[in-house]
Amino acid sequence: MANPTNLKYTKEHEWVLIEGDTAIVGITQFAADALGEIVFVDLPKVGAKTEYMKIFGEVESTKSVSELYSPISGEVTEVNANLAGSPESVNSDPFGTGWLIKVKFSEIPELMSSTEYDALVGE
Amino acid sequence: MKQTVLYPEHVALGASFTDFGGWDMPVRYGSDLAEHHAVRNSAGLFDISHMAEIRVTGAQAAAFLDYALVNPSSEIAISKAKYSLICNPDGGVIDDLIVYRLGEEEFLIVANAGNRHNVVVALKQREANFDNLVFTDESDDWALIALQGPKSEAILQPLTEVALYEVRYYSITAGVVGGIDVLIGRTGYTGEDGFEIFTPADKAREMWQTLLTAGGTDLTACGLASRDTLRLEAGMPLYGQELDLEHTPYEAGLGKVVRVDREADFVGKSALTALSQQEPERKLISLQGEGKRAARHGYEIFNLGSDSPIGEVTSGALSPTLGYPVAMAYLKTSANIEVGTVVEADIRGTRTPFTIISAPFYKRKK
Repeated sequence: MANPTNLKYTKEHEWVLIEGDTAIVGITQFAADALGEIVFVDLPKVGAKTEYMKIFGEVESTKSVSELYSPISGEVTEVNANLAGSPESVNSDPFGTGWLIKVKFSEIPELMSSTEYDALVGE
Repeated sequence: MKQTVLYPEHVALGASFTDFGGWDMPVRYGSDLAEHHAVRNSAGLFDISHMAEIRVTGAQAAAFLDYALVNPSSEIAISKAKYSLICNPDGGVIDDLIVYRLGEEEFLIVANAGNRHNVVVALKQREANFDNLVFTDESDDWALIALQGPKSEAILQPLTEVALYEVRYYSITAGVVGGIDVLIGRTGYTGEDGFEIFTPADKAREMWQTLLTAGGTDLTACGLASRDTLRLEAGMPLYGQELDLEHTPYEAGLGKVVRVDREADFVGKSALTALSQQEPERKLISLQGEGKRAARHGYEIFNLGSDSPIGEVTSGALSPTLGYPVAMAYLKTSANIEVGTVVEADIRGTRTPFTIISAPFYKRKK
């Protein structure tokens, strides 16, 4: 699977799509595959603050739980409500319907390009 | 890491692997939830060739096993099986086992992969006083393939002339499956009906393929992730989580497996007899949660509003079948741990209510 070139990435396997002053955040296919089938996603509430590379939530599979690290500092403007009922979308469509949160930000921190992330996960 | 003879089959099926007791085992092939549901609703196929098989034969085989294990193998009828424990002299559990009686003087013991060495050593030590005993670790000669789920019999029957309906739960028979000589045990670790097929290692890949082909869309290759959630729902202990040298059979709720009421001596008898007469300090308890957050291995349990833990979780997951979190935990018997009591699990800093219920979480409809 290819990591989309229009996204930015973190070493903790989150992706970011920048749209104006809003960042859409998710986890990569690589992370989703490594976790196994996701059964629960714990996300912050709208209005919560996120901080660059600080924990903003958790994803649980049957076998494990992993923390989510925010790729960007800002304020949560929307969370993906569909994940409460269909957490498996994070596995089936991590770069699309499996997105996690939208964050309003004021500056873009240092993030990896898709080429750099490809190298990190050995693709 | 060790690989079973079926490893190339798992690679071909695209499995993800995990280290389990020193073995590189398939954890899932695709979705572990789909694999779990396949076993509950149709059938699943597991490679459990990492498990150890030990054969004991000879005129004193039954007497030897009566001495070496906590319940008497001499009472097992030929072609039947029994769940047992091998304990140390203090009553600590070295392993949990299934003992199959193949003949008057012939038994096959299946032990956990990670305990193979310890079980073999313990049995060797215990055979000193017995003559005419042949004791063979056949683990490398056998592949063990588990076919589990309500459609197991329908899938297996066309491949064998053995009348499977006559092979009752916890029985074993020799037979031919797909042209291969095997032993067919009606046992398992999923809470469903099914078979464990002891296959000569050099025929294992052929058997695996024969079964998958025969099962078609009714049969799903399943990894250890689903095996763990299936056994947890069924309330079955896993050595290393619920069972170990530090916990007694009475704490683990396996007191009825231990037969202290017999005259003959067996290893652990005096310690276990004393333990059987007192209330254990802690007990393995079943917990049912709400919502979706699982209490996992090592998480602490509290009585409501208390800051002193009363125990900790040994195994826990969001139950795929039931949809709510389930867990097993060792809890102090000095605390309030009656069925119906609500306790709290500390889930990574958040106190989360769980209700103590009677085991198991899931029981199949007969």
